[in-house]
Amino acid sequence: MMPTLWFVIVALMVVVYVILDGFDLGVGIVHWGVGRTEDERSVNIKAIGPVWDGNEVWLLAAGGTLYFAFPPLYAAGFSGFYLPLMMVLWCLMLRGVSVEFRNHIHDSVWRTFFDGVFTFASALLAIFFGAALGNVIRGVPLNEEGFFFTPLFTDFRTGPEPGVLDWYTVLTGVVSLVALAFHGAVYLALKTDGQQNHKAKRVASGSWWVLLALTLLGVPATLSVRPQLLDNYKNHPWLFVVPALVFAGLIAARHFLRFDEKKAFLASCAYLLGMVGFPVFGLYPVILPASNVPERSLTIHNAAGPAYGLQVGVIWWAIGCVLAIFYFRHLYAVFKGKVSAESAVYGH
Amino acid sequence: MDDALLIHRLHFAFTITYHYLFPQLTMGLAPLIVALKTLAIWKNDERYNQAARFWAKIFGINFAIGVVTGIPMEFQFGTNWAQFSRFAGGVIGQTLAMEGMFAFFLESSFLGLFLYGEKRLGKWGHWWAAFAVFAGSWLSGYFIIATDAWMQHPVGYERLADGTFALTSFWALIFNKWAFWQYLHNMGGAAITGAFVMAALGAFYLLSRKHEEQARIYVRVGVVAGLIFTVLQVFPTGDQQGKLVAQHQPATLAAMEGLFETKQGAELVIIGQPNVKEKKLDNAIVVPNALSMLSYQRWEAEVKGLDAFPPDQWPDNIALLYYSYHIMVGLGTIFIAIMVVSGFLLWRGRLMQSRWMLWVLMMSFPLPYIANTAGWMTAELGRQPWLVYGLLRTAEGYSKTVSAGNGMFSLLGFMGMYTVLSFLFLFLIHREIAHGPDAAPATGGTR
Repeated sequence: MMPTLWFVIVALMVVVYVILDGFDLGVGIVHWGVGRTEDERSVNIKAIGPVWDGNEVWLLAAGGTLYFAFPPLYAAGFSGFYLPLMMVLWCLMLRGVSVEFRNHIHDSVWRTFFDGVFTFASALLAIFFGAALGNVIRGVPLNEEGFFFTPLFTDFRTGPEPGVLDWYTVLTGVVSLVALAFHGAVYLALKTDGQQNHKAKRVASGSWWVLLALTLLGVPATLSVRPQLLDNYKNHPWLFVVPALVFAGLIAARHFLRFDEKKAFLASCAYLLGMVGFPVFGLYPVILPASNVPERSLTIHNAAGPAYGLQVGVIWWAIGCVLAIFYFRHLYAVFKGKVSAESAVYGH
Repeated sequence: MDDALLIHRLHFAFTITYHYLFPQLTMGLAPLIVALKTLAIWKNDERYNQAARFWAKIFGINFAIGVVTGIPMEFQFGTNWAQFSRFAGGVIGQTLAMEGMFAFFLESSFLGLFLYGEKRLGKWGHWWAAFAVFAGSWLSGYFIIATDAWMQHPVGYERLADGTFALTSFWALIFNKWAFWQYLHNMGGAAITGAFVMAALGAFYLLSRKHEEQARIYVRVGVVAGLIFTVLQVFPTGDQQGKLVAQHQPATLAAMEGLFETKQGAELVIIGQPNVKEKKLDNAIVVPNALSMLSYQRWEAEVKGLDAFPPDQWPDNIALLYYSYHIMVGLGTIFIAIMVVSGFLLWRGRLMQSRWMLWVLMMSFPLPYIANTAGWMTAELGRQPWLVYGLLRTAEGYSKTVSAGNGMFSLLGFMGMYTVLSFLFLFLIHREIAHGPDAAPATGGTR
């Protein structure tokens, strides 16, 4: 019971992270497409300035929660994906520094330089996060102690001894890149006016078609790599709501984009919820499948932290979560509305 | 020691040492900024708001670097210390996850409001935003200290058959007495950094005859805060921390003091060089019986030397531990001297004209950074050879699947990245100092 509850909590926190930090990563990806001039790019940065740091905290909070709820998973996953995670860390640093320091100096070369770093790091992070999810779906070669170490790539096949990158995880990386690009473009449409709003919508509709194609490719590819994913859905048909969100969200986002940016953004959130939720709830109770010996897979049972700790955790987690929702509501309320070239920079 | 163990240790030591250069200033400045905001409202004096606004900019730059260098810390528990995480994650995962839920959300949500919301929020709203940032950063400190305190002095746990640590008492973990004193001592150290930096910058402006009205505020607030915190740092917090070490980590105390032989009426070493090979202290200048008095409140009390413990339980770098500890204590003493003299001159109304004292204040700003770093080295080297004191050795904790070469690769990567960050940081701080305090509230617009 407790492990299941914590599985749901961690999954939800990951989804919140993907939705929230997803839009500011997405802004980074479409930064140059929506912002052709330096001033337009300043508007993009203003649109995420006050909120991106809080969004990224969900990564740390989800990581911390995963650490305490499923210590063996945290230990195995983080040490096994050592090399890509180090690159993730460096990208997070470059990105944080570029958002924070870009507007400190009003100089064209300075700003353009950090615009470039911002886009580079954002795009790479989106790809890495997508590939990470792909790796979890495909599984990793766990040794008898439940640890592994994967090279960056081997022969790009999804065999028992795969690399971090193979054809499937490259695909999930690209799906993530385009999905977050779309999400970010819709967010910019929501936050901007006039010309830039128009451009954001154009980038969004362009990437929508690519996203549709990739989704239609990605879902069957996922099922071919891990057919067991459907078992939970067959046993509990109501769970099909989650994958249904993928297509409902995608279609609704397209539909609302023209006349209701807020609904389009919410639809894009629903799409991301479906895309992350579908494999995660399909894998349950497995949390890290073994690609070599299925019995070695880490599950919520063999990887859950000790029982008393998990029980106490529910209490403080619930309190912390209510507080976090309160802070975020306040933050987003203060900085609501459209930003423009004239509005002040609310970055830090 | 095998290569991988050494490299994983250096990896954490390097990244945490660099990281902590920034939070010690933001945690130290946060209460001072709240004090400035309070003075502005209380005395209805706009100059204090101007001061708060200027320090908020310094705070913001430091905070940004603190955030980006802080993320690798949480990751490294899993990437480089996987065995440790697997054994102890069920206990210290609690405090690390709580830091995210209670401190980071608070801090990150209100920082934007604090830095750029002065006009939107109004007088009291902005005061609360400053207070929330202060509360968030100091809460964050508590959860980290509680984590480290459990590694120093494990409480409220049981060991399961497979070697895993399981929490048995949440409150024991949160209210670990070690965490209490270590927290106060650590936060005092951060406040000293904040106070010295504020006073030093004020002194710099006064010496170069720029922004003199603001500079006097910085010197005054810095010296008053500095005087309070430098004294509290020795007594009670440092004193209590030392007693805990004497009581629970006697081998550590012996190594810190360079005491190789058990002795009744042990002397306190002021200066000297530990000679680990011959197990003696060379060229020592000592205060007779003082160590016995400080540790056990009796001049003739017996203090155990390293000879009382098997060598495999000695801290593994006694010389570095000894020097770190003595540098921390020596600097702490110098801080009191600086602040007492400055405080006296301030009280007599002569500080702002005493150029020599302003020079001393300006030149001394790096010292608290050194003292804080040395203090943490004392705590962490003193815990060796244990990761969880007495229970789990450091050699059992690192990631077995991450080779020495891979560890070296990322260590060098971090060194390169942090060199770049250092240049960027110094450049931006230099600009803010050269620009000086602004008269009008920040709209964050271009300037």
